[in-house]
Amino acid sequence: MDLLTFLQVLDSTMRLATPLLLACLAGLYSERAGIFDIGLEGKMLAAAFLSAAVAFTTGSAWLGLLAGIGASLALSAIHGLASITFRGNQLISGVAINFLAAGLTVVVAQSWFGQGGRTPQLAGAARFEPITLPFADALRDVPVLGPIYYELISGHTALVYLALLLVPLTWWVLYATRFGLRMRAVGENPAAVDTAGVSVIGLRYAAVAICGVLCGIAGTYLATALQAGFVKDMSAGRGYIALAALIFAKWRPWYALYACLLFGFLQALALRPDVIEGALGFKVNGQLLDVLPYILTVIILAGFVGKAIPPRAGGAPYVKER
Amino acid sequence: MTQAPAIELKGISKAFGPVQANKDISIRVMPGTIHGIIGENGAGKSTLMSILYGFYKADKGEIFIAGKKVQIPDSQAAIAAGIGMVFQHFKLVENFTVLENVVLGAEDSGLLRPSLARARRELKALAEEYGLNVEPDALIEDIGVGMQQRVEILKALYRKADILILDEPTGVLTPAEADQFFRILERLKAEGKTIILITHKLREIMETTDTVSVMRRGEMTATVKTSETSPAELAELMVGRKVLLRVDKAPAKVGATVLEVKDLNVTDNKGVHRLKGINFHVKAGEILGIAGVAGNGQSELLEVLGGYEKATGSITVNGQTIDLTGTHSDGRSRRARGIAHVPEDRQREGLIMDFTAWENVAFGYHHDPKYQRGIFMDNAAIKDDTVGKMERFDVRPPDPKLAAKSFSGGNQQKIVLAREIERNPDLLLIGQPTRGVDIGAIEFIHQQIVALRDQGKAILLVSVELEEILSLSDRIAVMFDGRMMGERLPAQTDEKELGLMMAGITKGEAA
Amino acid sequence: MDVMPKWADVVLIPLISLILAATLSAIVILAIGESPTNALKIMVDGALGSTYGWGYTLYYATNFIFTGLAVSIAFHARMFNIGGEGQAMMGGLGVALVCMFIPWPHWSLALLGGIVAAAVFGAAWAAIPAFLQAKRGSHIVITTIMFNFIAAALLNYLLIGALKPQGSMEPATGKFPEATHLPNLHDVLGFFGIEFSKAAPANITFFVAILACVAVWALIWRTKLGYELRAFGHSESAAKYAGISPTKIIMVSMLISGGLAGMMAINNVQGEAERLVLNAVEGAGFIGIAVALMGRSHPFGVFLAAILFGFLYQGGAELALWTKIPREMIVVIQALVILFTGALDNMVRMPLERAFLAAKRRNKGAA
Repeated sequence: MDLLTFLQVLDSTMRLATPLLLACLAGLYSERAGIFDIGLEGKMLAAAFLSAAVAFTTGSAWLGLLAGIGASLALSAIHGLASITFRGNQLISGVAINFLAAGLTVVVAQSWFGQGGRTPQLAGAARFEPITLPFADALRDVPVLGPIYYELISGHTALVYLALLLVPLTWWVLYATRFGLRMRAVGENPAAVDTAGVSVIGLRYAAVAICGVLCGIAGTYLATALQAGFVKDMSAGRGYIALAALIFAKWRPWYALYACLLFGFLQALALRPDVIEGALGFKVNGQLLDVLPYILTVIILAGFVGKAIPPRAGGAPYVKER
Repeated sequence: MTQAPAIELKGISKAFGPVQANKDISIRVMPGTIHGIIGENGAGKSTLMSILYGFYKADKGEIFIAGKKVQIPDSQAAIAAGIGMVFQHFKLVENFTVLENVVLGAEDSGLLRPSLARARRELKALAEEYGLNVEPDALIEDIGVGMQQRVEILKALYRKADILILDEPTGVLTPAEADQFFRILERLKAEGKTIILITHKLREIMETTDTVSVMRRGEMTATVKTSETSPAELAELMVGRKVLLRVDKAPAKVGATVLEVKDLNVTDNKGVHRLKGINFHVKAGEILGIAGVAGNGQSELLEVLGGYEKATGSITVNGQTIDLTGTHSDGRSRRARGIAHVPEDRQREGLIMDFTAWENVAFGYHHDPKYQRGIFMDNAAIKDDTVGKMERFDVRPPDPKLAAKSFSGGNQQKIVLAREIERNPDLLLIGQPTRGVDIGAIEFIHQQIVALRDQGKAILLVSVELEEILSLSDRIAVMFDGRMMGERLPAQTDEKELGLMMAGITKGEAA
Repeated sequence: MDVMPKWADVVLIPLISLILAATLSAIVILAIGESPTNALKIMVDGALGSTYGWGYTLYYATNFIFTGLAVSIAFHARMFNIGGEGQAMMGGLGVALVCMFIPWPHWSLALLGGIVAAAVFGAAWAAIPAFLQAKRGSHIVITTIMFNFIAAALLNYLLIGALKPQGSMEPATGKFPEATHLPNLHDVLGFFGIEFSKAAPANITFFVAILACVAVWALIWRTKLGYELRAFGHSESAAKYAGISPTKIIMVSMLISGGLAGMMAINNVQGEAERLVLNAVEGAGFIGIAVALMGRSHPFGVFLAAILFGFLYQGGAELALWTKIPREMIVVIQALVILFTGALDNMVRMPLERAFLAAKRRNKGAA
């Protein structure tokens, strides 16, 4: 396999890892604050639809992004209401949100555009365009480093770079700020936070809202950058893969990046059976690559490769003890 | 003396659903004093203090701090008013460091680093001022309960608390640690802090407080100067009548050895050695009482004997060896061997709180052939059995269809006791038989235990209440740090000696 | 203390939740420019107005009874089996294998064979997540989700490979032999002289589902195993004290749950399609969650809720046929039912409890 093919695979790894990474970091905020979220999938899907719809209508990808975030935040609000205010079952709430998004997006898309539950194709400014980094063209012919810079590092959309920047930012928020300390504490022992005079409810809503914003960006990326428009069920299980990546990463930001890159790489390989055959000398089943993230996650969960310990107060609504 | 009280509560009331936890309570605490609040479990002490700390909201009533009326809707407001509270169950983040726990909620700014640096300096100063040494970078999960309690006190002091509420602070401490703790209290008082001490132990009240308030069933029954009262008077105020602490019992008619435990070891799933080579025996017709501070291995001992904790070593019952790790090391096999078990925590273990009384009567014995009809359970037979048990053990209300959670603590305990004692076991394991039980039921439960002993059964009693151990036991063993510290006869020992043993000191060493 | 009478918990709360879900659904229908009353009329006509409609309603309901019971029995042991979808897929694989490779002499034996194969395959697919939960503490919700995806990929792999008849382009097995075809309700009811649509897919499996309801009821409330299962679900620590093995209960409850989910396949694969196609389950595994929540995990409640969802499914299909409301509207309704009866239960419950408490106080005051 030549360098260029390899770089192409890595390039699509980046593009495919981006929505996973955004959703994974979204889940990280929520779950670190003690709110399990299996509704990442639904939030991405809702954001994908509304961002595409608004981007098409207004011709602006950025307005689409705002709308996508808005759609995702609305679902986050439901999740917050159910799991924080009304102390409901967070898993059931997540399931409901996934269905709500799966149903509503098609119902609304059909009524809005009448194209069988999809939005029209996006073009021009309604999509996020790749950004060519400075000197990319000029350096293109420098051996080895040139192609790496041109093919792999340059030429992604703004959202890809944003997702990458969010990794160190999340690390910083988590470990170097007051908000991060309190958020981690509320996911471990909310009573400690409550008796220290800090609002458990406020912190948890904040975390769920951040989760909503990031899922909104992830969904927008799907519909306006990775693809050109919304189609039914386009999140295609990415929310669950992000969840798997989160467990894989043991709820830590840098590891989340590595896990999402790994899963993105598997997805990129699944698209290029010729590359695998060339590299390994035999055919690898595409379905196997598709399910590898799930299988790896089960193995991680089984504790065969280190133990994944979730935040201790995760999944449990906070009730002051009697 | 026209000084305003540090705290004044007027007409505080609080209900949890149908339960009235506090009824029209008023109290005044003068600054620079230690004020005790004493009462039985469930009397409403902790609720009252949690209201003062803003953890619960009162339905009615007013709070004055230093003469000024204040609203305390949340803990933030309580902290701002100079109140700090150390809860019975500590509110610490286990995988945070001491420093992070102290800083949490009292950070200086959005960034952590300066806050942590200041907290480190302050912690050092506070440690010197009050003798509260802690390792700031240790993780909470790695330090002992005594240390964790210090962290809780430091948290309050770091927030500039002038008023410190301590809820049952000595429950998890050895007598020696408790002594040290009370020295810290004296020092805090000398520095001008106002302290409220919640406890159900008369001795602590008599030794440390200036004034004491007594609570009973959600009401404040009296507030007196400690120097002008006596333990007997307080006890009477607590329970509403004279208390009979000693149980009348005939001398034991001891028979053959029923339970023999040899070199029993338990290591928990974190790798901590919980039981370290335990040896003892219990004979037919006697009560062996095991004394000790909570958390020194008594729970694990009961769990192993009850069949739901793995161990190494040997246990024989009536001469037969008990399987400690294989397929027969479960509660069901133990019951088949004639071991009955009244567990320490009836709400977590002894009962299913959402099950009805009759379902609970079959609990653990649901394989009993007399509860079966073909492949199905004979629910009618269980209900019949329950009616009889409720009558014989005076369970009120005698309604088999009521959920366990709807009964009072004493009546719940009677259901468990009826189930276990009427199995006519050779050996009864019984942990904390009267925890959270009202006085009337305590006498009844003690009588039942003694009656079973007089029928020639072997009884292993575990209790953290020394008085209970002293009044019921025929022999007393003391546990400390997973070891047996030795055995004493009740007539030849006293609370002082047992207290030292509970702290890991035997007479030879103390001298 | 119970502040509410039992009937309020069992009937009133689900009813209010249902009304809330229906109201919001009506608003959605209004918002997309259709008439809710007209929609309801079409749904009632289409789903209940003819034996043909009933035939579809009961066919869907049969699927949902199985998956609803599957979720319910796991709920009783405080396990959340979200893997009904994958377990039903594997049940389908089991049914397909026995139907294709065993020469059955008569449909009745084929039905028994199908039941066993479906249950065994469904249970097997639940076994690994159950084992990981029991022995390694891996969260059953996450593992069962993962197993749904793995099942889908496995089925996909088999249906475009080994199980596809030669020359076929479609990812599906060939038609099962005649002897494995199950009698539909037309045949069964015709035997008793009752007229029923011949074209509708409801079949004898409906009666198997009713039997399953009775069996699950007896299991949960009348046997030692059910007693242990409920005890474990209420309090794991107490169950250990009583000598109930957590490993056993987790394994057994999940195996039964997976088996029930798998048994759905005798309805949709053996009874209706008579061959195994991709995506045969069509989300019925997830609807089981809504059905179990709505039916309060009681087999009779599950039965009623399954009929309701069967009605919604058939009615929804009619809607898509006659109006501009797409089929996905059912998914919205399903989501709202899960939301209100499951996640937002306290939103309905808390004000009701307060009302009952106030009423009780008033009565006491009067007495």
